[in-house]
Order: sequence, then C-alpha cells, then structure tokens
Amino acid sequence: MDTPFAITLGSASSRTNRTGAWRVERPVYRDLFPPCAAACPAGENVREWLHLAQDGDYEAAWREIMSVNPFPAIMGRVCYRPCETACNRGQLDETVGINSVERFLGDEAIRAGWTVSAGEATGRRVLVVGAGPAGLAAAYHLRLLGHDVTIRDSGPEPGGMMRFGIPAYRLPRDVLDAEIRRIVELGVTLELNTRVGDVADIRDAEGFDAVFLAVGAQLSHRTYVPAGDSAHILDALSVLRRTAGGAPPLLGRRVAVYGGGNTAVDVARTARRLGAADALIVYRRTRDRMPAHESEVTEAEEEGVRLRWLSTIAQADEGRVTVERMRLDESGFPQPTGEFDELDADAVVLALGQDSDLGLVSHTPSVATAHGRIVVDGAFMTGLPGVFAGGDAISGDRTVTSAIGHGRRAAQAIDAWLRETAVEASAPVVEAAFEGLNPWYYTDAPRQHRSKLEAARRTSTFDEVVAGLDAATALFEARRCLSCGGCFECDNCYSVCPDNAVIKLGPGRRYEIDLEYCKGCGLCAAECPAGAIAMIPEQRLEPS
Amino acid sequence: MPVEQIPYRQTGSLVAGNRLLAAELRAGQARPDRADALTCGHRACRGCGEALAARWVVDAALRATANRLIAVNATGCLEVFSTPYPESAWQLPWLHSLFGNAPAVATGVAAALRAQGRTDVRVLGQGGDGGTVDIGFGCLSGMFERNDDVLYVCYDNEAYMNTGVQRSGATPPAARTATTQAVGPEPGNVFGQGKNVPAVAMAHEIPYVATATVADLRDLEYKVTRAMDLRGARYLHVLVPCPLGWGSEAHDTIRLARLATQSGLFPVFEAEHGEVTAVTRIRHHVAVEEYLRRQSRYAHLFRPRERTDVIARIQAQADRNITRYGLLAESAPEEVS
Repeated sequence: MDTPFAITLGSASSRTNRTGAWRVERPVYRDLFPPCAAACPAGENVREWLHLAQDGDYEAAWREIMSVNPFPAIMGRVCYRPCETACNRGQLDETVGINSVERFLGDEAIRAGWTVSAGEATGRRVLVVGAGPAGLAAAYHLRLLGHDVTIRDSGPEPGGMMRFGIPAYRLPRDVLDAEIRRIVELGVTLELNTRVGDVADIRDAEGFDAVFLAVGAQLSHRTYVPAGDSAHILDALSVLRRTAGGAPPLLGRRVAVYGGGNTAVDVARTARRLGAADALIVYRRTRDRMPAHESEVTEAEEEGVRLRWLSTIAQADEGRVTVERMRLDESGFPQPTGEFDELDADAVVLALGQDSDLGLVSHTPSVATAHGRIVVDGAFMTGLPGVFAGGDAISGDRTVTSAIGHGRRAAQAIDAWLRETAVEASAPVVEAAFEGLNPWYYTDAPRQHRSKLEAARRTSTFDEVVAGLDAATALFEARRCLSCGGCFECDNCYSVCPDNAVIKLGPGRRYEIDLEYCKGCGLCAAECPAGAIAMIPEQRLEPS
Repeated sequence: MPVEQIPYRQTGSLVAGNRLLAAELRAGQARPDRADALTCGHRACRGCGEALAARWVVDAALRATANRLIAVNATGCLEVFSTPYPESAWQLPWLHSLFGNAPAVATGVAAALRAQGRTDVRVLGQGGDGGTVDIGFGCLSGMFERNDDVLYVCYDNEAYMNTGVQRSGATPPAARTATTQAVGPEPGNVFGQGKNVPAVAMAHEIPYVATATVADLRDLEYKVTRAMDLRGARYLHVLVPCPLGWGSEAHDTIRLARLATQSGLFPVFEAEHGEVTAVTRIRHHVAVEEYLRRQSRYAHLFRPRERTDVIARIQAQADRNITRYGLLAESAPEEVS
C-alpha cells in the first residue's frame, strides 16, 4: 500500500458507513397549530405575527394580523383574549400578553399611517347590512377580494356595538374612528341612517349580487318586572347608547343593574362615571357562573361597583327594589327561596340579554329563523341563495372578536359563491400541547403588565382605563412567546445530533434530516424547545 | 462562564443558535461552517453522549487554535467507534496508542513540538473514564505534575462501556454494572469507593481544571476555549450519559445530564491553580430520584421495593455537592462573576 511517510495504515472516511440503516424511527419536522391561534374566534395566526414582532418588524406583524382582522387596535382593547386563556406559557410562569402586543401594533399602525389596498375589481356588488364589527370585517375582506361593497346602517355613525355598546373608557372613539376610516377608505360605500326594509326586494331592485346580513342584536331583551307607577326602569342598551351619544340618562345616586353579562358590568361602570354613588349588580346565580369576563368584573369591583349574588328583582318601586334570595339546585339552576330583602335604588337598569331586529327578513320565508336568530349553513348562507348572515344575528358567541371572525369567513364564502367555487376546507390541525415542549430552554421572564388608571380618576371620567405598552415592553412581551409547535430556528437540533445528521439550510429555510446517517436517536426531537419535531416509526420491511 | 447582559431574547443563550442573537453570541455548534471534527458514519450507539461531547470539544478546540491541533486518544468507545480500520471519522491529525498511555503520548507530542519550536500547534488528549480514571491515571498524574502543555479531556460515562459495562473508578454508588450486580443487601456498586478526578487534578494545582456536561453546550464551548487560552496542563471532565450502560432511552441523553446537574449530583465548576473560580448554579433544583428513575442501572432501587435508604444516601451526596460548591444561589459561599 502506498502511504505517506510515517503513516502505516491507509485510511478511508467513516462516511462510507451509512448508519441510517440502523434507524427504527425517523425525525420529521412538523408545524403544529398553536393553542392561541386555535382559540382565536377571529382566526388570527397569533404565533406568526408574534414571530415577526420578535424581530422588531412591527409593520410585517401588523400586516399579518390585518390579513385576518382589520381591527388590531380595537381588538387590543376589547377582546376577551381567548388566546391568552389557551396560552401554554401559563403553565410555565404567566401567559404571554398577546392582547397588549396586538394593541401596541394596532396603535403603531394608526400612528405611522400604514394602510392596505383593495384587490383587483371583479365588478360584483355586495350589500352589507349593518356597520358593526361583523359587517365592517366582511366589507373589508370583500374589498381585499376586489368586490364592490355598500354598507347600510340605521345608526348615525358606523361601529355598531363597538360604538354604542362598548363604553369609551374601554375603547376610545379616536381609535375606533381610525380603524373604521381605514376600511371605508378602501372604497366602501357607507350609507348611514338608512334602514333596510325587505332584503329580497332591495337585492332584486338594486341589483346586488350578494347580501350579508350583520344586523347585530340591538334590542334589549324584555323581562317582566312588577313595578310601581313611579319606578324608574331603563334598559342597558339605551343607557349605553345615550351615553355614547353624549346625552346620558338621569340615573340617580343609587343604581341597581339586573343581569350578569358584560353589558351589565359595562352599565354599572358607566353609572359610576355618570355620578352614581352606589352601583349594584344583581345577579341570580353566583360569580363563577357569571357570563361577564373576569377582568371586567375585577375592574368594576376596583371602581366600587358592588355585586349581589343569588338574587332576582321581584318588584321595583320608587326609590327601592325588592329582591328575592335564590339558591342553586343540583343542576345549578337558581330556585326561589321565598326570602325577600329591600334595597335602595333610584333606578333599575335591565341587562338581561339582547335580541335581533329581524324585520328585514320577516317577509322572506326562505330565510329561516330560530330562537330569534337567523339560521345559516356552514358557509354562513341563509335559506335564500346569495343572502348570507353573521355576527350577533346568528347563533354563537356574542363578542366583537367572534363577529369579526364571522365577517371574514362569510366574506370568503360570499367570494366563493360569486366565483362559483367552494371555500377550501381547512386541513384538520393538531394542537401543540404544553407536554410536547421542552420548557428548559425558555428564559425565565415575568409578564409585562399594562398599567391602569387610578380608580379615583376612573370613576369620574371616561378616560381609557388600561394603558398600552411602550415599544420595549411590547417587544419583550412578544419574545415571551414559546412559539409552540413551530420551528424558530434555535439550532438545537443541528447542535445536539451526535451523528451530524441535521443539515442547516440557512436563515428562514430551517433544517433537513440526513437520512443516510440519522440513527433515529430522537435527541433532536427531545431537545427541540417548541416540539416541532416528531419521531415516527420507520416502515418495517416484510421478508420476501 | 462570564455573563453578558443582553435584552430579553425568548430563549436567551440557552439554545444553541437563536436568530434573535447576534451571530457572535451564538454557539460554535450553531455555525454552518463548524468543523465537524468527528464526522458522520461513526459507529457510536444511538444517542451517544460521548460522540456528541467529543464533536463539541474538538470543534471548539479547533476554532480556538485556528485548526492547529493534534488529538491523542486513549483506547475506549471513542477510539473504537470512530476508527475501525480502515475507516476513520476524525477530520484532524489523530493518534491512538494504548489504553493507559494517552496522557504520556500527548506529553510526547507536546515535547516533540517544543523541540521543533512549534508553539502554534496545540495538543489535545482524550479518553473515557476507564482510560483516564483507572488505567491511564499514573500517566495523567505525571502529565499534571510536569505541567505539560496538553488539554486532557475525560469523557466520563461512568463505566467501561466498550467492553460490556464493567465498573470503573468513576462508577457511582449503587449503580448496576456487569461487575457490580444488583444482588445482596447492598446491590450495585458500593458506597465509599471510586475517585473524584477533578478534585485530584485540582490537588496538582495545574493552571486549569473544569467540569462540564452535554446538557450545557455554551458552557462546554466556553471551557474548551478558556483552556486553550492557557498553557500548561489543563483538565476537562465532561459527563456523557450512555444509553447502553445506563439503561436509558437514547433521546434522554441530554435530559439525564441536565438532571445530574440540576440535582447537584454532578457539580459544574471551573478552577485555576487549585482554587474554584466559578460554579454553574442550579436553575431548577430536582430530587436525585428524578435522575435515578430514568436509568435501568438503578432499577433495583425502585423494584421490587423502593430502597429509600439507598436513595437517601445518594441524595445526601448531591446535597453535599450543593453545599460544597454553592450550587444553589442562597447557599453560595461567594459571588462569582
């Protein structure tokens, strides 16, 4: 053998030894669905926009939100944050403040004047009835898809419940106006103070190709409360609407609010701001069964709103109400006890739910209704082809976020219907569970909490209660994201492979497994912080 | 390891790379142009801790010396799995002589380089715990006392794995090996025997002694780089879990090293001239049981009945390390920066 001086043995590389043949399992990169996105009623891909925000590219992050939800600044204030409830980081220290980052991005967009543009014109015309969150979201997405959109609303200003239901201390009007303006400037025809009579007639008379009904639920639910002649009884929506319109009703010093939902809490907090020394929420069940969101109830309590559980209003008279104590039976339903208390109350505000005004479809029998809501199919279409509905007018959660999700999905369905195609069915997703992560690798980092206005100032003004994060804390908060189920290129797999069988493809291109040499030990999967690698069994070769 | 304060970066420097960190703050192993001194096709078992640590160590040493490095290897797994004739997985000048003489051969290479006036080429000796703690111990001690210019790295997997898992001087108490069976009233390896070679090395008062594990890549790379900054005899003792000998899952190799450090059983520190200069604090303290349960070499401590007495003695060892090295922040004897 011809070898160099002092070299006694010829040498070949071990690379001729294909150790991949040893493997019984192979690593596969995967993208699991993060729980935040799975929980979002609007359908935002939260992990994606947090990822972009982590790099400090706020505009790209904002655009990622805008591809789904046209109201980041509004959402960052009024959303009840199902994403944070689902966030895996809650099992590590505290959930990621997704909502506060969204608000920061939304405010940044308003400040910087970022805009989006409409799609190429299709020549199709869609009528949207109702300028609330569902109607505006649908109009926005239809404009992105190039359709011509007209919105009609019976109210004097656009926004629906975002303007007339949500008090200004939760959603300042300049923020609301800015995000609505951005949609209108996409070329939406907005016709206010216009009530739509019969939907089928108008569609045919004016030649709309499709209609989206997003009329909301504007009527306060009626409940009979025995009342004396001079009892002062109001409904919650009119209190909120008149306050928003600058002409608040006189409520007196002591106000009793009947109901346990978010509207009841909003009205009690509004009453405090209008000068009521005592705002009392009367609810027939217990706090844990209250439909109102926990954070709102807590903020209300901080502002001095009192709550009385297991009580119904049996009788209202001038200056006082009679409440009956309740108890919960085995099924959790409140039952009367026959015990009564008298409380002082100058006014009683009923916040017992809302109904939709469905007059516009009452002459169209093909549009079915059930329990006061319009019945739609999986594509948001009513019984009348080409007429769709969403938001509070159909069954489902009655939140702004849910309405926005309806608006987007209905817009996609309308687009598919106009193009005579089908909406692409989304593939079934696997959620990234906390157990699949390797939390060792995440730096310990407590959440950055938003500061709140002092309670004393809160109860006297309609100033916004919760402040936003500054850029540094928003960036910090975005970086607390664990990126559940999605590779963020930490290079762990590349580094921990004892067989150099992970190939790094370069920034943004992630990695590839070299199956010639991968022995299938699973270290890459075990040490992946985000659980973005799965080990799957190799196919067993049957003896021939 | 010196600490640099950086703004919050999701995973900080706990992961190897992290796209949010500047390139120079990422681990050497995250670099696309890393040396891969131990290349693919070597015959180490699935999930081998030693193969992993050896690549990390030699790659880091190559970077620190601008690729001017000669490695000398003792007999053992590392030699057998990397170099079955005619193949070799090594991509640097590499010598193997005998089981017990690697430190002496490394001394000879260093002496030869000195005789040639070559100060740029550096020498790395390496072996497993058998070749270091037992068989090569005399040569190693001689290398230390002469202060030869060699970094010697011991990859400690706590037994003679290559020959069939026999007990070594680094096998921990109660562990089952082929020669310390889990039988009798005191099953497994006996308490009160074995050697603490990092402490022995410190007693030689050589320039640098450090311990590390495969659970902390950044720390290991830092220690190799630091060692190559110094001249004279240096010793690095790296804990490398062995799925075969420890009876653990191949994918648990790094987790076990992490549990060994987080329980206090394996203290991670560095020392100069016989004095401890820095320790790696425990981040999430765990009981030794969490470490023991994942290894079948300790299965007899849990079946047929739980040997709480033996587990308590192992826990006491971990607690002693914690006090001795100040591994928990509150029990730290002094602040090390």
